[in-house]
Amino acid sequence: MSHISVENVSFGYTATPVVRDVSFTIDGGEYVGLVGPNGSGKSTLLQLLLGLYEPDRGDIRLFDRPTRAFVDRERVGYVAQDVTTNTKEMPITVEEVVLMGRFPHAGFGRITADDRERARKALRKAGIAHLAGKRITRLSGGQRQRTYIARALAGEADLLVFDEPTVGVDAESVGEFFSLLDELNRDGMSVLLVEHDIEAVIEHTDRVLCLNGELYFDGPSEAFPESDALERAYGITTGERAGVTR
Amino acid sequence: MIADVARVFTRPAGWLIDAWSYLLSLVAGFTGIEMLQYAFMHRAFLVGILIAVIAPLIGTFLVHRQLALIGDALAHTAFAGVAVGLFVNATLGTGVSPYLTAVVVAIVAALAIELISEVTDAYNDVSMAIVLSTGFALGAVLISLNAGGLAVGVNQYLFGSLATVSRSNTIILIGLFAIISLVVGTTYKQLLYVTFDETAARVAGLNVPWYNRIMTMLTAMVVVGAMQIMGVILVAAMLVVPVAGAAQLARSFREALLASVILAEIAVLVGITLSFHYEATAGGTIVLVAVAVYIAAVLFGKVRTNRSAADAPATADESTAD
Repeated sequence: MSHISVENVSFGYTATPVVRDVSFTIDGGEYVGLVGPNGSGKSTLLQLLLGLYEPDRGDIRLFDRPTRAFVDRERVGYVAQDVTTNTKEMPITVEEVVLMGRFPHAGFGRITADDRERARKALRKAGIAHLAGKRITRLSGGQRQRTYIARALAGEADLLVFDEPTVGVDAESVGEFFSLLDELNRDGMSVLLVEHDIEAVIEHTDRVLCLNGELYFDGPSEAFPESDALERAYGITTGERAGVTR
Repeated sequence: MIADVARVFTRPAGWLIDAWSYLLSLVAGFTGIEMLQYAFMHRAFLVGILIAVIAPLIGTFLVHRQLALIGDALAHTAFAGVAVGLFVNATLGTGVSPYLTAVVVAIVAALAIELISEVTDAYNDVSMAIVLSTGFALGAVLISLNAGGLAVGVNQYLFGSLATVSRSNTIILIGLFAIISLVVGTTYKQLLYVTFDETAARVAGLNVPWYNRIMTMLTAMVVVGAMQIMGVILVAAMLVVPVAGAAQLARSFREALLASVILAEIAVLVGITLSFHYEATAGGTIVLVAVAVYIAAVLFGKVRTNRSAADAPATADESTAD
């Protein structure tokens, strides 16, 4: 079963399309990086995939169901740039954030002991069990991103979708963050990573999608530096490619 | 039929008021505390205690969504609602409670704020400013159209008064308290998710606009409920000040809710007592006490943070200050 299926999708906020005739499929267990220059439509495409917008043309399916009819929302874990920059000093603990992953399961019912146990398990998996009682705004950027991953794991997501998750995260934490992603993917988790750092994407993912309005490249990560997509999308010439390799 | 249904709800509220009044009369009898001998003070304390629960309960969600000013906007529209009630009563000779018309107008205004933001893509503070100005303008116009009949009664709504807490108004507030507690209790998880991370909440399948509407309508109810003691001008303070104080003390969201209710109860109980003894306006006194409690919370929070930072081993990436 494909986890994401995109067929001939076009979308624009105005008459000018931001995303043009894009098609690709992501199957279970894949580790895919979506790259593109600023304004290339990466985040827009991501929002279309998540069902936050309806495409003007084409069809998007999550787990073989059209996004508007997709109800098993807990199967998709979403991690964006750090939201705590918007929530300032909101008093909320890591454990409370991770428990949010159980909310779609609980609906209007109570959070059960089983929900709490699954949240604790997710905290352990993300390596932040010792931070459960800490206020999230007092953590480092890397620890906060691990918290959001734990939230997705607590929801028992099958697909993790990241939108520029390492923005504002220090270099050491970025390394730990990707180690965790690699480990989750080895365990069978599908990962779609929208990321500005091309080198990191090539190093960690198995497949690259390069977008600049339309899809310029869809293939193995190791083939991406040698493709003409780099020059077409980013204007990177052959001589400059040496830095964009594994 | 409607009267029968209303009776089913108002009768238990009446029993609660009677039981509360009886209890405070007993306390007055044993202790000799003068203010507890008056029925209007019994109602004022009951209303104050309930307001100090529901205002921070809703305010905690609002403040952490950076919507603290929505209380002000809805208070001004509630003022228009009061003016509508007074105007209708004065011109048609009806006996509609101005608090009921205030509830209706404030809820309509709450929906208007959401609608303006959704339809025009305006920032929330723009739609709040439009609704606030419209509400106050409508109230001012209605009062000026019938100045002789309305002006006398308007002050109590603007500044609040312990004496305006009638039995029927207390019953209205008990009803609002029940509705607000029930809705927040049922939708707590969803409201928390939307408050913390609106986009993730949408991805998780929550109908975020619907929860936003619920929150603004509950805010309208709190504003009208609190208006009778606090007054239109100061009612928003109860939504914000105790919550801001609690944020300095609490680590978790649940702790913040609990702490904000405790701080609000201190402000209300001390404020009402001081207001009675010094014959000062109730709303103003409560807000001044609330601000004093807030300052104390900030100072306590800073001292505790500094002490924790000094005690904790230095770590590069993690503060254990809380």
